Amino acid sequence: MSKGTLFDKVWELHTVGTLPSGQTQLFIGLHLIHEVTSPQAFGMLRERNLKVMFPERTVATVDHIVPTENQARPFVDILAEEMIQALEKNALDYGIRFYNVGSGNQGIVHVIAPEQGLTQPGMTIACGDSHTSTHGAFGAIAFGIGTSQVRDVLASQTLALSKLKVRKIEVNGTLQPGVYAKDVILHIIRTLGVKGGVGYAYEFAGTTFEQMNMEERMTVCNMSIEGGARCGYINPDGVTYDYLLGRDFAPKGAQWEKAVAWWNSLRSDRDAEYDDVVTFDASTIQPTVTWGITPGQGMGINEVIPTPETLEESEQAIAQEAYQYMQLTPGKPIKGTKVDVCFIGSCTNGRISDLREAAKFAQGKHVATGVKAFVVPGSERVKKEAEAEGLDKIFLEAGFEWRESGCSMCLAMNPDKLQGNQISASSSNRNFKGRQGSATGRTLLMSPAMVVAAAVNGEVSDVRELSK
Amino acid sequence: MSEVKSITGRGIALVGNDIDTDRIIPARFLRCVTFDGLGEQVFADDRTQTEGKHPFDLPEYQGATILVVNGNFGCGSSREHAPQALAKWGIEAIVGESFAEIFFGNCLAMGIPCVTADGATVSQLQKLLKENPQVAISLDLTTMKVRCGEEIFSVSLGEGPRQMLLTGTWDSCGQLINYEAQIRETAAKLPYLSQFVAS
Repeated sequence: MSKGTLFDKVWELHTVGTLPSGQTQLFIGLHLIHEVTSPQAFGMLRERNLKVMFPERTVATVDHIVPTENQARPFVDILAEEMIQALEKNALDYGIRFYNVGSGNQGIVHVIAPEQGLTQPGMTIACGDSHTSTHGAFGAIAFGIGTSQVRDVLASQTLALSKLKVRKIEVNGTLQPGVYAKDVILHIIRTLGVKGGVGYAYEFAGTTFEQMNMEERMTVCNMSIEGGARCGYINPDGVTYDYLLGRDFAPKGAQWEKAVAWWNSLRSDRDAEYDDVVTFDASTIQPTVTWGITPGQGMGINEVIPTPETLEESEQAIAQEAYQYMQLTPGKPIKGTKVDVCFIGSCTNGRISDLREAAKFAQGKHVATGVKAFVVPGSERVKKEAEAEGLDKIFLEAGFEWRESGCSMCLAMNPDKLQGNQISASSSNRNFKGRQGSATGRTLLMSPAMVVAAAVNGEVSDVRELSK
Repeated sequence: MSEVKSITGRGIALVGNDIDTDRIIPARFLRCVTFDGLGEQVFADDRTQTEGKHPFDLPEYQGATILVVNGNFGCGSSREHAPQALAKWGIEAIVGESFAEIFFGNCLAMGIPCVTADGATVSQLQKLLKENPQVAISLDLTTMKVRCGEEIFSVSLGEGPRQMLLTGTWDSCGQLINYEAQIRETAAKLPYLSQFVAS
């Protein structure tokens, strides 16, 4: 049983009581909602004639179904239009702050809450979206929930939960050039497995994470769920506070110093006890690419696709399924695999620093013939900032399309989809069968810089061999 | 609120680890504002590709209520549309080697028990269901046993979720709002909701 960790402290502070079942009733400090997983929850409230208990603690935006080309209303997709209208009505009826398309503040829910300073250390944060773990980068306890639980949070601002165990994942050392936060988390998932984190919150600690900026930390925490951990976090520090200072919802004036003192007190104690500790050496991590149909099926860019006999017995059946679905051969390199589509964006890698890094590699080069490449900023603010820096022009000149903000082809609920068995090099978070909108579409996950390298060469490449 | 003590009927086996919620219900079917109609779309892409040979398409498994799966079932997206689609197809309980956490929580909130058993038990259950799709199967949450034909197996479920199902408090909403005074008291103590004065 963990003791003295940030997780323990925040959990205790938000505990309302113990329910008859033995579960904890946990207060949720910030509730984020979007158009896909909330309409049915509001439906349940209406059925039961319930109010929203703390409307000021819920914030809404629209991200999954938003078209990234033509955003004129009504949307061409009538189902998407119906969903955005439902959210507009629900936000209005229940007095919930809503960042709509064109407001200047719309974007992927896990991009906009941090950029506005809504996400803060020490909060409990829930959202009907598994990538809510992203917000743990600030030292918040943040996790995804389903729609019935969205209803519970709306009605009571609390959830019935069992406490998680805490695993410290310590990564120390400096990353090699061309190796990014995305590679670190893909490497961790590859090592600990896609279900290794079930029942755990992951505390990411060590010098490697201390050296990362907030957006890199968000990339790491974002994919905790891909390792089975519903929640991942990093203790808040000077980097966190520098990021937060001056943001719209961050504490101001005299409150700021008090806030920082409180946030510091939440950091895991030096003698904190963990349920498990795992360590990694950052210098050994390579640019990492997935070859299969789970985010745990990853490999270093210069390795060969694993053969069945090199895998644990429990992994062999899913590997066979992956070879067949991906049409890739065990024992062969992944490098040189032709790609059809290159996607830069998503709640994992659609922030300004991701676009800046990608643009460095795209500058002065051109997308290979026959490859469709596009960049989807994570939010309207990210888009505006990128345009002010001229990143849009760099991408456009290099042959990338420059789009409006949204979730886009991470899960292809909008018109951005793979066709047939196209292969995509994608900066998103999931390579499940059919994930990017075609039942036979294939996804290779990698860092944004690696996506640019794939786009320029028309095939999976090592970004370290591409000049900036 | 109904108590969930036992589920009886026929079973259906779905073999494979890491079956994610995108496969249970592909994202394009999430373009909806109600959960109605999801039952027909459960495993849509897998079913199209197996051309009628998917267990959810086979006539002998129609009407099954207990699903038997392997490890890490329901991983990935938090979409409750996945268990809703399974439930609308007819599933009332799931036996598996392990479940992804959010999926497990979504099922619980819907009154669907997800119980676990070791690999050998799950394989044996899957074998029995394959050999005889009509065999009677039941899950009893009071004894934590699954009976399949003449064979009886032990299964596990955390005590909290088990009690919520047995006592009919799995729909936690009603219970949670009962504690409004305590909720407001907890909120008032949170530094970030009180200008950091409380800190």
